[in-house]
Amino acid sequence: MAKSSFRIEGKTALGHFLTYRPLIHELVTRDLKVKYRRSFLGYVWSVLNPLLMMCLQAWVFTVIFKSNIENYPLYLIIGNTLYTFFSESTTISMNSIISNAGLIKKVYIPKFILPISSVVSSLVTTLFSFAAIVIVMIITRAPVHWTILLVWFPLLSMFLFNCGVGMILSGLTVYFRDMQHLYGVVTLALMYATPIFYSIDAMTPEVQFMIRLNPIYHYINLFRCLIMIGGVPGPNTWFACIASATVTMIIGLMVFRKLQKNFLLHI
Amino acid sequence: MDTTENTAIIADHISMKFNLAQERTEALKEYVIKKIKRQLHYTEFYALRDVSFSLKKGGSLGIIGRNGSGKSTLLKCIAGVMFPTKGTVTVTGSIAPLIELGAGFDPELTAKENVYLNGAVLGHDRAFMNERFDEIIDFAELWEFVDVPVKNYSSGMYARLGFAIATEIKADVLICDEILSVGDMAFQQKCRKRMEELLSGGTTLLYVGQDPQTVEEMCAEALWLDHGRVREYGDSYKVCGAYMDYLDEIS
Repeated sequence: MAKSSFRIEGKTALGHFLTYRPLIHELVTRDLKVKYRRSFLGYVWSVLNPLLMMCLQAWVFTVIFKSNIENYPLYLIIGNTLYTFFSESTTISMNSIISNAGLIKKVYIPKFILPISSVVSSLVTTLFSFAAIVIVMIITRAPVHWTILLVWFPLLSMFLFNCGVGMILSGLTVYFRDMQHLYGVVTLALMYATPIFYSIDAMTPEVQFMIRLNPIYHYINLFRCLIMIGGVPGPNTWFACIASATVTMIIGLMVFRKLQKNFLLHI
Repeated sequence: MDTTENTAIIADHISMKFNLAQERTEALKEYVIKKIKRQLHYTEFYALRDVSFSLKKGGSLGIIGRNGSGKSTLLKCIAGVMFPTKGTVTVTGSIAPLIELGAGFDPELTAKENVYLNGAVLGHDRAFMNERFDEIIDFAELWEFVDVPVKNYSSGMYARLGFAIATEIKADVLICDEILSVGDMAFQQKCRKRMEELLSGGTTLLYVGQDPQTVEEMCAEALWLDHGRVREYGDSYKVCGAYMDYLDEIS
């Protein structure tokens, strides 16, 4: 049996990750089961919800605001699905430490498993929602490009980014519960700062510059390029995606490692 | 310290200090204001002071002491839930902490689903738990309710399932916090028998109890904590005797 000294926790993050991979699996299964246990349509909601949202928004923005983006329904549903992935996963992981307080007070588990598994659960729901994107593609008779095979790249970048943000938020929330109230406003502000229902081309150069500082824009933009335009954008876009994701993930791990030491005294 | 291969737990001069904030600051605004004004005052409190012991593989140690003497804090340090402020804890082998039976159960999930979840919490995958699933439900006597969400369980049923999982995975070190006081008499007997079986099978036991008599029966050695310090440590018959005399004296 391996000799374990608890003082080295954090240094062997990868080792912990491998030992506790079944735990991530079980936590994700639990999240999904509990989420849909009592609903009549169950998993269908993951597909139906984005479709209904898209219909509502498409109607509002084409009929009332006269948007002229090509294949607007597809444009909207991609933006919405990815943004929902970000906001949902980070909100759930923000609360993951507090809501599992009973567990980490009694049993040793590597604590970063909790925010990460929240993001994984949200990723699984997002993958279900991709069925909605496919449905919209079929209905709008959108051409299918080979570049669709590359969509895992922006998705993976976004996954890493969400994990990083989730770890920072979950750690801070243990010390300052204010985060829970504040974050709803932050996600709304970020939603407006991300071209979900409008196009970046319609903005002034200054605003465009600001939007480009938002990593979420790059993930959604690359995703849309790959599905709707069928072209492979230049290296800058790819670099913006992977760099922002990796940096956020590393910062997240570092911040979380520092914050987790005193979790137990505050939950 | 003795670090030979046949030692299961070494606690080396561990101390646990808590900062009792005079006013809890859980709001960001308050924290920032107080930080600026340098008004963040703490009173120090030692839950454990310089506690050392070592436990051989297959050995059993009981920890006794009055409420608030640091027993549970010590267990949490050894289980890896808390980090001691000073000193080191070294545990060789896998641990099954039974600090609270059924910790980590999700009330919405069924017994079956919780077996796998709890197994994963203790670091075991589905294949490992599959092999032991039947024995777990057999021991807990819960076949009838295996597909019922555990939120509908009685507290006794809950505890039975928790105990069955923690003891069936056969960890090297078992850490228990007064768990033998739950369930009805018949189940208590069954638990005790299971513990004895495990002990004779080479499991190391760390047991916390209020009742010195149980500790004396279960454990070969005992450690008496008083206000976070070791008051007496050694043969359980002797230590429990001294503790009982002390209890008589103060009451």
